[in-house]
Amino acid sequence: MSTRHVLLGLLAGGPSHGYDLKRRHDARFPGARPLAYAQVYTTLQRLVRDGLVEVDGTDADGGPERTRYRSTERGIRELTGWLGEITPPAPHVSNEIFAKVVVGILAAAAGEAADPAGHLLAQRAAHMARMRELTAVKTAADTDLATVLSADYALTHLDADLRWMTTTAARIAALTEEITTP
Amino acid sequence: MNNSPSRTPGPTGPRRAPILAAHALSKSYGATEALRGASVELTAGEILALTGASGSGKSTLLHCMAGIVEPDAGAVTYEGRRLDGLPEHARTLLRRTDFGVVFQFGQLIPELTARDNVALPLLLAGVRRQAAEQRADACLERFGVRGQAASRPGELSGGQAQRVAMARALVTEPKVIFADEPTGALDSLASEQVLTALVHTAREAGTAVLVVTHDAQVAAYADREVQLRDGALVPEPAAATATARVAGDEH
Ligand SMILES: Nc1ncnc2c1ncn2[C@@H]1O[C@H](COP(=O)(O)OP(=O)(O)O)[C@@H](O)[C@H]1O
Ligand SMILES: [Mg+2]
Repeated sequence: MSTRHVLLGLLAGGPSHGYDLKRRHDARFPGARPLAYAQVYTTLQRLVRDGLVEVDGTDADGGPERTRYRSTERGIRELTGWLGEITPPAPHVSNEIFAKVVVGILAAAAGEAADPAGHLLAQRAAHMARMRELTAVKTAADTDLATVLSADYALTHLDADLRWMTTTAARIAALTEEITTP
Repeated sequence: MNNSPSRTPGPTGPRRAPILAAHALSKSYGATEALRGASVELTAGEILALTGASGSGKSTLLHCMAGIVEPDAGAVTYEGRRLDGLPEHARTLLRRTDFGVVFQFGQLIPELTARDNVALPLLLAGVRRQAAEQRADACLERFGVRGQAASRPGELSGGQAQRVAMARALVTEPKVIFADEPTGALDSLASEQVLTALVHTAREAGTAVLVVTHDAQVAAYADREVQLRDGALVPEPAAATATARVAGDEH
């Protein structure tokens, strides 16, 4: 995800401090990794360098001085441009599970202790365990919509993995033959 | 519904004596072996997902466990009693008192209103009409379709009809619910509403649920998953528990 653009988006509502931006980011994207403050700070520096954000002023409120940032005209144009861009429908082809199946077949053919079919079953159990957790979160009575949608996103992707694992498991004998036939 | 506390017996929780058990079931239709030695246990209050490819024998296993189909070999035990081999009228009675069934297409009676569909199992059990209708309305309320009580099935959306079917299956406060692809005909939002209502109601009442599905997102509502392949259960992989723990720790 583009942290630059997410920060520009959060600044579109008005000037803000780095810490507030971090807090609002984490609240808006409950399923995502929380932003590190250092990352917010360096991203803001770069946005300032590129003329997309400028310093709006400083506040002290009796505590340490905090810099307030605001979006520039160019920043707004950059943001709307990004919002209109189509995300390339690239699948995650650098799939670690797929790599483990293929390498597992090769290793097993070389006489090593590898069991790609068993690995797929174990991976399915791990996926299902995570999907149960996400489903429990999303169906709890007091869950907010952002959390539900974030859980849905993860569930849909894990489900896609599982479907792929199911078809792959069903065809693992043919794949083994293809891979191990010189 | 009674007020026993809800519980979530996770896959690693202590195994209690099963309320319903299928042991080494076999069933053939002509030359087709639908089940070949399938064994599965359902604990009281547990929500169990039975998954597998289409044709793997899921529906046949569910039908055998619900006493709808007689297996050729093996045993079905409900609360310690053999279910297979019971005369048909005894099985019908048991299904009426202890079991609730939901299929992919709710199979509501088209001439009856939603309320009358839900009240029917109670009337068959000898509950007086007024009491039956009150309980039907309360159950429709739980599934969020109280407003459709006077509608006939033809006037309901797929999701509403399926929630009425769930209400009908649960109105008698059964000990076990059998659900065969209960959301197979629904879009994902309707499916989510139906399953959430089912799981919440079953947990509150301590009802065990056997849900057959080919959809992992549906199976994720259950406490545990067992997989069927070619009429038999896929053995649990030895490494599964360890792998699941590693994955869980990342979050
Ligand atoms: N009533 C029946 N008559 C003949 N064949 C059946 C009948 N019920 C199931 N089968 C066959 O038994 C196998 C398992 O079916 P089923 O239990 O419906 O699988 P699933 O629910 O997993 O799709 C399939 O090959 C199916 O065609
Ligand atoms: Mg079926």
